[in-house]
Amino acid sequence: MTTLPLRVVPRRFNFGRSGRIVERNLLVYRHLWGVLISGFFEPVFYLFSITVGFGALVGDITMPNGQVVSYAAFAAPALLAASAMNGPVFESFGIFFKLKYMRTYEGILATPLTPRDIAIGEITWSQMRGALYATAFVVVMWAMGLILSPWGLLAIPAAMLTGFAFGAVGMAATTYMRSWQDFDLIFVVTLPMFLFSATFYPLEIYPDWLQIVARFSPLYQSVDLLRGLVLGVIDWSMLGHIAFLVAMLISGLIMAGRRVEKLLVT
Amino acid sequence: MPSDSLVVAKGLTKRFGDFVAVDNIDFEVRSGEAFGFLGPNGAGKSSTMRIIGATSPASDGFIEVLGLDPEFHGSEIRQRLGVVPQEDNLDPELPVDANLIIYGRYFGLSRSLIKERIEELLAFAQLSDRAKDKVDSLSGGMKRRLTIARSLINQPDLLLLDEPTTGLDPQARHLLWDRLYRLKQDGVTLIITTHYMDEAEQLCDRLVVMDGGKIVAEGSPAALIQKHSPREVVEVRFPVGVQEGVVNRLEDLGSRIEALPDRVLLYTDDGDRAAEEIHKRGLFPETILTRRSTLEDVFLKLTGRTLVD
Ligand SMILES: Nc1ncnc2c1ncn2[C@@H]1O[C@H](COP(=O)(O)OP(=O)(O)O)[C@@H](O)[C@H]1O
Ligand SMILES: [Mg+2]
Repeated sequence: MTTLPLRVVPRRFNFGRSGRIVERNLLVYRHLWGVLISGFFEPVFYLFSITVGFGALVGDITMPNGQVVSYAAFAAPALLAASAMNGPVFESFGIFFKLKYMRTYEGILATPLTPRDIAIGEITWSQMRGALYATAFVVVMWAMGLILSPWGLLAIPAAMLTGFAFGAVGMAATTYMRSWQDFDLIFVVTLPMFLFSATFYPLEIYPDWLQIVARFSPLYQSVDLLRGLVLGVIDWSMLGHIAFLVAMLISGLIMAGRRVEKLLVT
Repeated sequence: MPSDSLVVAKGLTKRFGDFVAVDNIDFEVRSGEAFGFLGPNGAGKSSTMRIIGATSPASDGFIEVLGLDPEFHGSEIRQRLGVVPQEDNLDPELPVDANLIIYGRYFGLSRSLIKERIEELLAFAQLSDRAKDKVDSLSGGMKRRLTIARSLINQPDLLLLDEPTTGLDPQARHLLWDRLYRLKQDGVTLIITTHYMDEAEQLCDRLVVMDGGKIVAEGSPAALIQKHSPREVVEVRFPVGVQEGVVNRLEDLGSRIEALPDRVLLYTDDGDRAAEEIHKRGLFPETILTRRSTLEDVFLKLTGRTLVD
């Protein structure tokens, strides 16, 4: 038998295989233009509301470095970060459904694909949509004059990194969900994070203890990173934020792969 | 290991917690044959199939599929397998043809190659006119045929069929059997589980009889019957309440007797003579039927239970 060559091929990461999960989802969503259209209107509505609403009430914001920016320019990158976080949260409902109620993954695992391929493929797919959203968001921000520095272009990959990090951790978390009710827990975590990660006002306004807590919030990493890029305030702390998000991404991926394996390979 | 064995298992064991679902079994599947696992629900057939299919790790023992260890070479093994699971797991979010397309893609086949194969597979499954339909709109038999067609997209060397016809009406079953014959003729090695003795007799060159996680007998259907059961069986039914009183008066008429709740089975090499004798003794059964021994009788003898309850 010609099995010897197969034996010596090491087990290795095979991106092509997880790409096929992306292909499957493309086939499923081929006709769902609504998803893309909502991806465009969501930032428009958000940005419009902070520009004409809050922006008019709050006035300008003075940054720690003395820079004075409009409230809209201050809040817009934070909303981009929050939207990058929320995308995978909603995606996780679909993944839960597939894990729990559909036998689709079971059918997929009878092919050369592995649980890890499924985890990586689903997260990649969710982030391809995330990338589209982020691009639309940044384009709308730019059109509204809210991108104050050429560094702002890097907000797109930074938002994608955010989405990947939350997507990976979110998928891992989804595998622990027993019922739809458990999803309330996700909002118990993400809602305060959304409100208290220097999203709507500078960190310096919070009481000291909350400042310390907020600095360790995953969303804060993304908010501060995106805000710095969009406003053109570049410093070394950004590397710390990136490292935090990358660590989230990697540990989330490993965890998600293991958990999917535990659930589906018995 | 003989080089023409596609699957070799020795002392294979599968535990779920403390429960032993597959209990130290040995078997070997040779290239080109149709190999069967016959046993009632809960015998451990599906658990065994999933280990062979490299989707479930063995708890203990030795298993080699296509010359490879599933623990370390799952993807390579699955690349060359076709799997028809006990319960259909088609992709409900995709129409019939896309189910085949994406499955081909999971195996890494090119789109043009898949396109070539799909038409033939849809014809094979008699679903050509349903290509664009939602999977959920198909009948049970159609879903089963689509699942079988799907399992063939990668032209597997080894096809695993877990109760391929359970839940189908007789017509659909015969159609499926016909499809499976054709595959066998094309040289595909088949492993089939079933709790239907007629299916096992029709399809399998060789089979093992499983019960409670163990293998209780193995051989060709004819050899198993010959070894474990006289040629004929007389099935005798009495009016309600009568059976208990008369069973002992039948005992000497066959080499073995089985009193089931609803009928008595008499095993003998000459059924007609036994039937005649029952009438002579003035026992007046409700019905009396002489038939050939089957695998069902073998199973009954080996385990004391019927296959389908
Ligand atoms: N994932 C599982 N967890 C716990 N028990 C299981 C699992 N799968 C099967 N079993 C048990 O193992 C036994 C054998 O099951 P199975 O292999 O499906 O038998 P068969 O296919 O012959 O009906 C059954 O008693 C079943 O309840
Ligand atoms: Mg079964």
